[in-house]
Amino acid sequence: MKFAVIVFPGSNCDVDMFHAIQDELGEEVEYVWHDTESLAEYDGILLPGGFSYGDYLRSGAIARFSNVMKEVVKAAEAGKPILGVCNGFQILLEAGLLPGAMRRNESLSFICKPVELKVETNRTIFTAEYEQGQTITIPVAHGEGNYYCDEQTLAQLKENNQIVFTYQQNPNGSLEDIAGIINEKGNVLGMMPHPERAVDELLGGADGLKLFQSIVKTWREANVVNA
Amino acid sequence: MFKVKVYVTLRESVLDPQGKAVTQSLNSLNYQEVTDVRIGKYMELMIEKSDRDLDEVVNEICTKLLANPVIEDYRYEVEECVAQ
Repeated sequence: MKFAVIVFPGSNCDVDMFHAIQDELGEEVEYVWHDTESLAEYDGILLPGGFSYGDYLRSGAIARFSNVMKEVVKAAEAGKPILGVCNGFQILLEAGLLPGAMRRNESLSFICKPVELKVETNRTIFTAEYEQGQTITIPVAHGEGNYYCDEQTLAQLKENNQIVFTYQQNPNGSLEDIAGIINEKGNVLGMMPHPERAVDELLGGADGLKLFQSIVKTWREANVVNA
Repeated sequence: MFKVKVYVTLRESVLDPQGKAVTQSLNSLNYQEVTDVRIGKYMELMIEKSDRDLDEVVNEICTKLLANPVIEDYRYEVEECVAQ
């Protein structure tokens, strides 16, 4: 499986993401610059964390109009797995690929620490390798992770099982402890915690690795004969 | 040439953590009469006259990029000015 790590000016978790895929997951991966015209050759798209365009105006607001995002929308429509982490999640929200928006953390502090998450559903291509309801530890690092959506959207998220991860102890004030959501079609996941920073016990934990393994496994089952 | 002054604030229904902190700070400075602070952004746009209706253009700009309608409201004022 071949992954693209999209790099915007100001991305700073791209190298961690690349390392997670190449060295820990053992899959093919390339950096793709934000003005790229085509993502046709990639099977999975990863939007890393950071501060794209300096978070000017709003987090993700400028990045969402970059060239490559037209291709990300196409890839989403084509059903390719797309994962946005932290700033990547914010970009997916701004692009309208996921519903809702981010506010400043309730405490106004930048929060950087490992947090416990509950896997709300393992019936997604991103969480198939986890147990339903399992608690995993993944680090967060953000100043704007306070997820918000209106009541109607929240009801839809619940009804369609689109809330994938929740915080066990809410660090940022996000609505209903939401840490990660998926689109209705089930191929676009946005999450504030950083699974790519939890892929090796040397880094303090490896709970994030199963997320990437889930993507590869479900992709192989769908795309490789005799997988 | 028009100078368009755009104000973007969090919607009333959305809690403004920065505004809340500033309210508390003002209250602790003994300005008890301050009951709420909403923090927003102020932007000035210089826009040339064109065939398109100015309001239409500004509203489009605001909803597309300057404000996020999920959590923010905007309003604007227009001043006509001489190009420099």
